[in-house]
Amino acid sequence: MKEYFKLAWRNIWRNKRRTMITIASVFFALWLALIMRSIQVGSYSHMADGIVEAFTGSIQIHGDGYWEDRTLDKTFAQETSLMTKIESIENVKSVIPRLESFALASTGEQTKGIMVVGIDPERELELTHPDRKLIEGNYFEGSSDGVLVSSRLADFLGLKLNDTLTLLSSGYHGASAAGIYPVIGIIKMPNPELDRRIVYMTLPYAQELYGAYERLSSLVINVENSNLLDKTKKDISLVLDEEIYEIMDWKEMNPELVQQIQSDAAGGYIMLGMLYLIIGFGVLGTLIMMTTERRKEFGVMIAIGMQKKKLGLILTIEMLMMGAVGIIAGVIGSLPVIAYLVKTPIRFTGESAKMFEIYGFEPIMPAKLELSYFLAQSSVVLVIFILAIIYPVNSVMKLKEIKALRS
Amino acid sequence: MKFIEIRDLQKIYNDSEHEVHAVRGIDLSFEEGEFAAIAGPSGCGKTTLLNILGGLDEPTRGTINIGGTNVNELKSSERINFRLNNIGFVFQAYNLIPVLTAKENVEFIMHLQGRPKAERDARTKELLEAVGLGDRLNSRPSKLSGGQQQRVAVARALASKPKFILADEPTANLDSKATENLLDIMEKLNKEENITFIFATHDARVMKKAKRVIYLEDGKILKDEVK
Ligand SMILES: Nc1ncnc2c1ncn2[C@@H]1O[C@H](COP(=O)(O)OP(=O)(O)OP(=O)(O)O)[C@@H](O)[C@H]1O
Ligand SMILES: [Mg+2]
Repeated sequence: MKEYFKLAWRNIWRNKRRTMITIASVFFALWLALIMRSIQVGSYSHMADGIVEAFTGSIQIHGDGYWEDRTLDKTFAQETSLMTKIESIENVKSVIPRLESFALASTGEQTKGIMVVGIDPERELELTHPDRKLIEGNYFEGSSDGVLVSSRLADFLGLKLNDTLTLLSSGYHGASAAGIYPVIGIIKMPNPELDRRIVYMTLPYAQELYGAYERLSSLVINVENSNLLDKTKKDISLVLDEEIYEIMDWKEMNPELVQQIQSDAAGGYIMLGMLYLIIGFGVLGTLIMMTTERRKEFGVMIAIGMQKKKLGLILTIEMLMMGAVGIIAGVIGSLPVIAYLVKTPIRFTGESAKMFEIYGFEPIMPAKLELSYFLAQSSVVLVIFILAIIYPVNSVMKLKEIKALRS
Repeated sequence: MKFIEIRDLQKIYNDSEHEVHAVRGIDLSFEEGEFAAIAGPSGCGKTTLLNILGGLDEPTRGTINIGGTNVNELKSSERINFRLNNIGFVFQAYNLIPVLTAKENVEFIMHLQGRPKAERDARTKELLEAVGLGDRLNSRPSKLSGGQQQRVAVARALASKPKFILADEPTANLDSKATENLLDIMEKLNKEENITFIFATHDARVMKKAKRVIYLEDGKILKDEVK
């Protein structure tokens, strides 16, 4: 066996230029594929994190039917026991209660339909960090009766810090709802849609406004490891009475985004497929050239007593060595580039940046280093390389020594 | 039965347009220790005969029996093994493996036979010394002259301890000095080690040295001359 490796190794260096071209093709294909995948995987998880952190969380529990018909009638009773039970489930980082509903906001001159979100100020800090979005004023302290108003809404209503905001709505079970609240802070929501219509208040005040005492519209669940989302969702659903509750993950709550990611990923795969096809045929061509050039030599080897299988084996080793060098070089070569793109994401400006803002993401495409796509792409390249080996090796193994000797 | 027996050998090449009768009914036998040349004009069928004898090509009709084995009845892989262990080949164009040194080229065939390292080393040295290349063990073929390469090829052919050596025009690419030198070496091996050599040639120097010359013409034996 050592002998075969020696022979294979020396043959590789016989035609340095061609060997380099073969290795370079494999290297380049894999290098490009890995960088491309790192950006794709990175942007998708950037978007997912963005949407999860901006508002929806990874998983939400609602009263059954709430997501379809978001009324106060679909709220459910706030039970500490349920929250503790969910918190004790593996991979659950925190459980955040909310009461969300609609209201009319007015300041005398202007009136606008808005969304009121009643939050637990402490718990909300673990996920959406409304405090970090403050551009003026302060976050809730204790059982504050104040509200945080999103910046565009504040502009529209002409609201400033310490002004009062009047809210009108219909409450739980058709009761009427009204209240007056001091503005203690202005927040800038990254998603412009939300920034035009959100008002945060503490949960007890929201419950009082709507007369929905001890009731919630959602429990937002934050997970430790988003890769285990499906399992965690299943674990949670086991402790829920499905007559009363519904459970949804961020994908179900944001179908358009998921679809957009999927079609983008499909486009990426088509591009990769084309790249691999071109490189695969290129490699096949060089390997065929390499074997036809040496036909006579193969004929001599078979004539003096080398079995065709052994010859095939040596050739396979020889070619696989080149492929392996290309693959290893591709993996190693992509690492610094990906590491750079992780640290210094590609940033969008102008039109393309707007798309991101609609969803409330920072307009960047960060790369992400993940073992999975390294394994996947290296294997695909290896398989393609092996496919390219089959034909030339097989044709050598079918060689008629007498014909080969004559060539 | 003789060591090598060829009976009623025929070879017809089926070219696209016409058939070529390269060998038309040859009966021929060789004994161990012969130093024989197959001679004749270009196209008379020397190479064809030698290739069939070496198990590289199949006859259209007839049988080849070597030391009791009917060569043309062997399967392809068996035939390769038969060649490995029984026949040494020397080609006109030397045909050494370019990426291996002189020593490795000779050793290669013993690797194929699975011989132990100590034996390989000893025999390689001995053979290369016998062909006068004891000082060029580590040279690649491209660094050797034609005559030197052909001597390595002879050493390689002998390495497997074959029953006989087939050489198709071994001197055709050599100048007279190298030819002389090569022939002397082969003659010595034949005399001292009783190694059987069968040449195909139209080189007068080879025919002169040969102890038996078989003249072919148009695929048939014209004359079989034992000196
Ligand atoms: N593969 C082949 N297909 C068709 N015809 C062939 C083939 N090989 C040899 N021939 C023909 O068979 C005849 C004998 O050829 P062969 O090569 O045996 O002659 P040779 O005596 O070795 O000649 P030379 O001295 O030129 O080497 C020639 O007419 C040749 O053209
Ligand atoms: Mg010939």
